[in-house]
Amino acid sequence: MYAFTYHRPATARQAASLLAKKEDAKLLAGGHTLLPTMKQRLASPGALVDLSSCADLKGIARKGRNLVIGAMTTHAEVAASPEVQEAIPALAYLASHIGDPHVRHRGTIGGSVANNDPAADYPAALLALGATVVTNKRKLPAEEFFSGLYETALDEGEIIVKVSFPVASKAGYAKFRNPASRYALVGVFVAKRGSEIAVAVTGAGEGGVFRWPEAEAALKARFAGKSLDSLKHTAKGINGDIHADAEYRAHLIGVMARQAVAQATGKA
Amino acid sequence: MSATGIGAPVRRKEDHRFITGQGRYTDDINRPDQAHAYFLRSPHAHATLKKIDTKAAAAMPGVLGIFTGDDLAADKVGGLICGWMIHSKDGSPMKAGPHPALAQGKVRYVGDHVAVVVAETLAQARDAAEAIVVDYGVLPAVTDTASAAKSKTQVHAEAPDNTVFNWHLGDKGATDAAFKAAKHVTKLDIVNNRLVPNPMEPRAAVGDYDQGEGAFTLYTTSQNPHVARLVLSAFIGIAPENKLRVIAPDVGGGFGSKIFIYAEETVCVWVAKKVGRPVKWTSDRTEAFLSDAHGRDHVTHAELAMDGEGKMLAMRVKTTANLGAYLSTFSSSVPTYLYAPLLSGQYDIPAIYCEVDAVYTNTAPVDAYRGAGRPEATFVVERLVEVAARELGKDPAKFRTQNFVRKFPHQTPVIMMYDTGNYSASLKKALETIDYKGFPKRRRDSARNGKLRGIGFSAYIEACGIAPSAAVGSLGAGVGLWESAEVRVNPIGTIEVLTGSHSHGQGHETTFAQLVSDRLGVPLENVSIVHGDTDKVQMGMGTYGSRSGAVGMSAIVKALDKVIAKGKKVAAYVLEADEADIDFKDGNFTVKGTDRKLDFGSCALQAYVAHKFNGQDLEPGLKEGAFYDPTNFTFPAGVHICELEIDPDTGVTRIERWAAVDDFGNVINPMIVEGQVHGGIAQGVGQALLEGARYNADGQLVTASFMDYCMPRADDLPSFEVGMTVTPCPSNPLGIKGCGEAGAIAAPPAVINAITDALGHEDIAMPATPQAVWRAAQKTLSRMAAE
Repeated sequence: MYAFTYHRPATARQAASLLAKKEDAKLLAGGHTLLPTMKQRLASPGALVDLSSCADLKGIARKGRNLVIGAMTTHAEVAASPEVQEAIPALAYLASHIGDPHVRHRGTIGGSVANNDPAADYPAALLALGATVVTNKRKLPAEEFFSGLYETALDEGEIIVKVSFPVASKAGYAKFRNPASRYALVGVFVAKRGSEIAVAVTGAGEGGVFRWPEAEAALKARFAGKSLDSLKHTAKGINGDIHADAEYRAHLIGVMARQAVAQATGKA
Repeated sequence: MSATGIGAPVRRKEDHRFITGQGRYTDDINRPDQAHAYFLRSPHAHATLKKIDTKAAAAMPGVLGIFTGDDLAADKVGGLICGWMIHSKDGSPMKAGPHPALAQGKVRYVGDHVAVVVAETLAQARDAAEAIVVDYGVLPAVTDTASAAKSKTQVHAEAPDNTVFNWHLGDKGATDAAFKAAKHVTKLDIVNNRLVPNPMEPRAAVGDYDQGEGAFTLYTTSQNPHVARLVLSAFIGIAPENKLRVIAPDVGGGFGSKIFIYAEETVCVWVAKKVGRPVKWTSDRTEAFLSDAHGRDHVTHAELAMDGEGKMLAMRVKTTANLGAYLSTFSSSVPTYLYAPLLSGQYDIPAIYCEVDAVYTNTAPVDAYRGAGRPEATFVVERLVEVAARELGKDPAKFRTQNFVRKFPHQTPVIMMYDTGNYSASLKKALETIDYKGFPKRRRDSARNGKLRGIGFSAYIEACGIAPSAAVGSLGAGVGLWESAEVRVNPIGTIEVLTGSHSHGQGHETTFAQLVSDRLGVPLENVSIVHGDTDKVQMGMGTYGSRSGAVGMSAIVKALDKVIAKGKKVAAYVLEADEADIDFKDGNFTVKGTDRKLDFGSCALQAYVAHKFNGQDLEPGLKEGAFYDPTNFTFPAGVHICELEIDPDTGVTRIERWAAVDDFGNVINPMIVEGQVHGGIAQGVGQALLEGARYNADGQLVTASFMDYCMPRADDLPSFEVGMTVTPCPSNPLGIKGCGEAGAIAAPPAVINAITDALGHEDIAMPATPQAVWRAAQKTLSRMAAE
């Protein structure tokens, strides 16, 4: 780790001002990616702005048809939240399966979404549920927010304040874990809102999280795992590594999609 | 059996210290005025060192010194050694390339040591290391085991064709003749995957130099501190043994990787004098991946010949063993004398011939890892035997039973003389434990759920307590493999046992104390076990190869016998009786046929006050030492059966049941033994399903972190059903065989035999990851669809 200065503002506004003032400043929103990277000397921010004391970035609330989760809410809080369990149980389930207990008690939804790790779980949920990322400057639909591997539409100095999820009538998430890291090798989030169906895939795309339109169309005809039986995702555009090549990952997308639908329809 | 004696499942004395964070590991040791070392490591697998410019780095804040291979040469510090000489078939000695602690002229693997920076803080040392400018002449790398001998890239000038040796064992003529006469021959190509040891505690060292005494102290993560002192003194030349103290305090696991004498501890103790400060280095996990000696990495073709009835006639094995870029301390013995002599397994095979080619590659050195050669041999034997049974249409249990060794002692064609055992008894018990009869129904149930269920056997044998010293010396060992012990009885009857064995997770502080409590009839808490310090313990060969029970405890028994004999002399004076009439039992010296007695503690006091006898007739004191040199190896054996289920849709393999029935001879603490079996199986399952170190063609280790190198976790494993059979070892006083490695030896073939049983074909390699199993299962499904 190289030397850096450390700041712990009490509000998002203070954080934004520090972020603008300090050279090479990075936001700390859990730190489970950033801190190991710094320890390995692969990142060397001049300043860390720790958001953990910003009370205005925390909390979970049901607001009409939306479930709103503050950016600094930990995965453990989302997993244990009665509001989340009631409104979108699949989201609570997803949060309860991120990493390990250490990660779940430090890592936050805002940190995960802002980092946009191609193997992270949350991006699939945001995309499938049609969530909106609310920053200190604007509102970004998930479709526009995730723009590539570790890349988002966030501007310099922009801070995620909360994520707003429209409540789905049915939703399910299934992931196949990388045996070593236990990140998602393939994760599929399926959501049904009225007649709208969304199937979002994480872990597998060369460009990060993506939707699977063929599966959505098949599920629109009938929302059941069987509808996907004859569907195969192409290996084109799917990433490969020593744990899973593109062909295997593409196959797992189908398997996980069926499992996610089974969960959404209470048949898991 | 007393509550704390031999056979009692006593809770481990040391655990309170460990689980409350009171353990004292090398990294916990901080010497006054201590500085920190950071190693600049090669990012290239193979390169010449054209220039190392340390000028800018030396001027960085806090830097006390920067040293390279040139400084080692100037100080005439010797290279690291390989302590086991192997001769090739043609009689020529193995080709050992130079192995300097800091590279001289060339680097040979990613992680090789280019320079060391010593600074006030670790961060300063790291900063300065980044400022060192190295001009590398990058060369092509050779990493592949099978093709290394044919590579145009040469790792060491001393070793043409990258070949360390072409060794063989057994009777080629008799073996070839048996194959000619055979009715059936089973052939198999096998890869034994490379593993990274990953003990929980990474390696560490603190070197300290006392200018007044002219003496060095090295605190280090070692399984054998006396061997480390011997090598650092006699070969590397740091200091004579009487001026070098090596302390291996609490050590958090080793699995073999902490047997060896590495560059880092050598450098720490050497530079402590040069900078005039204690110098500490603690490996981070990445360094551990890159530079701890790896395990396994064999490529093998094996054949088994049988007659028309399925009786085994002969075995032929050809193995290429990857030893990495340099010969580590005992690397040459692992694919030779720790491997080929085990190829007879539990079977009566009249002829065996094994050839082993050892090769250099641009990868981390490979040396002993839990089992060391024996897992590789067992994998060859048990895969061959399983496939042979399938090809012959025989039940794998019956086929094994048909060929088991039944008469003991049994001389195999590959050195070993099995002393005792009852292989059928272990198999029978394992079959009952796993409910073998119920397996076909369980398989049908799985099939109904779209799953593939398989069952796999592993009837392993291993050789522990490698000995006697004269025999291993004749096979090329540079050391003797005895053990020493000293039993110091204090005047109030408490006892210190100084042992040359070293505990780094095995629970010696408990089991060794149980032995003493049992023999002397004293409470367990009155016994302290002292180990891991060359200034305290007289001598020792350390702990590896499951030798501490069979060899280390036998030395303690010898010393205890001497203590009792001396105690009888003291008691004879005190009780005014003839020495021949004194008995010792349950902690009391008694006079035969009377009620006169002297308890052990009082006897100790009498020995030290020396009031009741003349010091000229009998020496005061009660302290005895012993060296024990075994007469034979010990031969633990057993049968493990793995039952598992494969989801062909995802390739996920779930181990459903595991029966382990082991014959470890007599057991001191069954709870600790069971723990050793559990840990061993976990590592064996790790090798079979999860773990695999992979280098790319450039020689980069692509599995250099836990993100990519998959260690077994609790939820990868079932609840093990562990049982035992006992045939006491005849060659040592306690009848112990050893248990530390059995699980890691037995498990891999049990898993792979079960997977191939489930798949219905043999086309799977270790580690059988979900991707590999999924692909193999597609083959099974299409065949099933065709049927």
